[in-house]
Amino acid sequence: MSMIEIEGLNVWFGHGPDRVDAVRGASFSVARGESFGLVGESGSGKSTILRAITGLAPDWSGRVDIDGQALAGGKRDRAFFRKVQMVFQDPYASLHPRHSVDQVLSETLHLHGIPDIDARVRSLLDDVGLGGRFRFRYPHQLSGGQRQRVAIARALAGEPEILLLDEPTSALDVSVQAEILNLLTDLRAEHGLTYLMVSHDLPVIGHMCDRLAVMKSGEIVEVMDVGALRAMRAEHEYTRDLLAASVAPGPHSA
Amino acid sequence: MSETLTLRQWLLTDEPTSRRHARLASLYKGWLTLRGNTMAMFGLGILVALVLMALFAPLIAPHDPYVQNLGNRLQPLGSPGHPFGTDSLGRDILSRLIYGSRITLYIVTLVALIAPVAGLLVGTVAGYVGGWVDVILMRVTDIFLAFPRLVLALAFVAALGAGIENAVLAISLTAWPPYARMARAETLTIRASDYISAVRLQGASPVRIITRHIWPLCISSLIVRVTLDMAGIILAAAGLGFLGLGAQPPSPEWGAMISEGRRFILDHWWVATMPGLAIFTVSLAFNLLGDGLRDVLDPKEGSQ
Repeated sequence: MSMIEIEGLNVWFGHGPDRVDAVRGASFSVARGESFGLVGESGSGKSTILRAITGLAPDWSGRVDIDGQALAGGKRDRAFFRKVQMVFQDPYASLHPRHSVDQVLSETLHLHGIPDIDARVRSLLDDVGLGGRFRFRYPHQLSGGQRQRVAIARALAGEPEILLLDEPTSALDVSVQAEILNLLTDLRAEHGLTYLMVSHDLPVIGHMCDRLAVMKSGEIVEVMDVGALRAMRAEHEYTRDLLAASVAPGPHSA
Repeated sequence: MSETLTLRQWLLTDEPTSRRHARLASLYKGWLTLRGNTMAMFGLGILVALVLMALFAPLIAPHDPYVQNLGNRLQPLGSPGHPFGTDSLGRDILSRLIYGSRITLYIVTLVALIAPVAGLLVGTVAGYVGGWVDVILMRVTDIFLAFPRLVLALAFVAALGAGIENAVLAISLTAWPPYARMARAETLTIRASDYISAVRLQGASPVRIITRHIWPLCISSLIVRVTLDMAGIILAAAGLGFLGLGAQPPSPEWGAMISEGRRFILDHWWVATMPGLAIFTVSLAFNLLGDGLRDVLDPKEGSQ
């Protein structure tokens, strides 16, 4: 049975003449324990799919099933938040500037009704490779990579089964990117998580994912597995362009 | 010596070891920034002196502020026993100023407790909930903003009767709309940020998001704005007192004292000037402190 099943998903912003259709007729499914990538250039609607799933983009139509449960509108219940969590793109924007690491994690644990918060905070920090000495720091006392680790710890606090990753490394230095990606790979193996990962970076997707969907201006043009990606066997012209661009020498080729 | 050094190091650490430690450390860093601002410390010094003066008024004041002595009226500055002279009823102006600081502090504190809290509540709810709630709350705010401030306060005091409590209510009633506007504008930017999305995805209720996540970010700029507005509040209270609608005689409220001195201003200028100088000094002190607090509390400072 698939963990995430999306069929004919349309997402739009605004009403009437201002309406912008960000996603049109997207369909794909992610199996339990799988890591699925969404690739495309900026504005292709890949992050919007994540926001529609979480209810942050409330205007959508089509069918979204999470573990067999159909979602509706922009309201999500507690059980959903226990099951699905998200890591945001920019770790500089996703942590409250006035809350220490301890406050962020304790509040999350409290909201999920998890007992023994003190011990859990410590084990969460260990899980994401931050020691106890980071516990009482404020975001401005942390580097970008450390912040993203805190954000990952926050997403893991409720012991979710699905992690939505919205370009989790694009705001970080190249050297830190690899650390975070490895951390995410390890966590998936440890906790048996299902990943739905958005990126514009094909090598990252190739490293992290089992299958991927390629998006262009709001539509999914191709769903392929990583083997095909590595062998450069793309069927759609746009995918071939993307592949050619990522292989060509450039700032990301290293 | 070495002990104070370790306390300082303990407070300045980048690796706090407990919740209390983290909070104390960030407080201490804020205090260091504030201490580096000479003008702000000057303002703070005046305000601390004002509070002490109000607390120990009976000990400091050389005379009873209410005792009249018609034979000794309108004494000039520096006359024996009356350094600031006496007013038209022979009361010692210095003593009245010292006792008047209590009334000023009382008004300022009450307004500072009522107006920003009301504004924060209205503004953050309007900004976060949006839709009809936003429209209604903001139009109400607009209506209050459209009234001339002193006129609305006058109407309110006239309806409820003169007195300090009603003056406080009237000033608060006219002071909250700008805070609501400001809090709403900040809420709109904060609401769209990822950290609010993140806490929504943890299933936090709107009440929790507003009180725990939005308020802490609005409060710092609100505090700055309040200290800067304090001068205006003191002046509005003095204005009501001057018009005879605030504190009532024989209460030594500074605005009322100016009002009484007005009749003699040409021949006996100090009767109106001394309370005027007191108002000026305290207003200036609040402005200087507000300026310094802005440097410390600016939300952008947190993301440096």
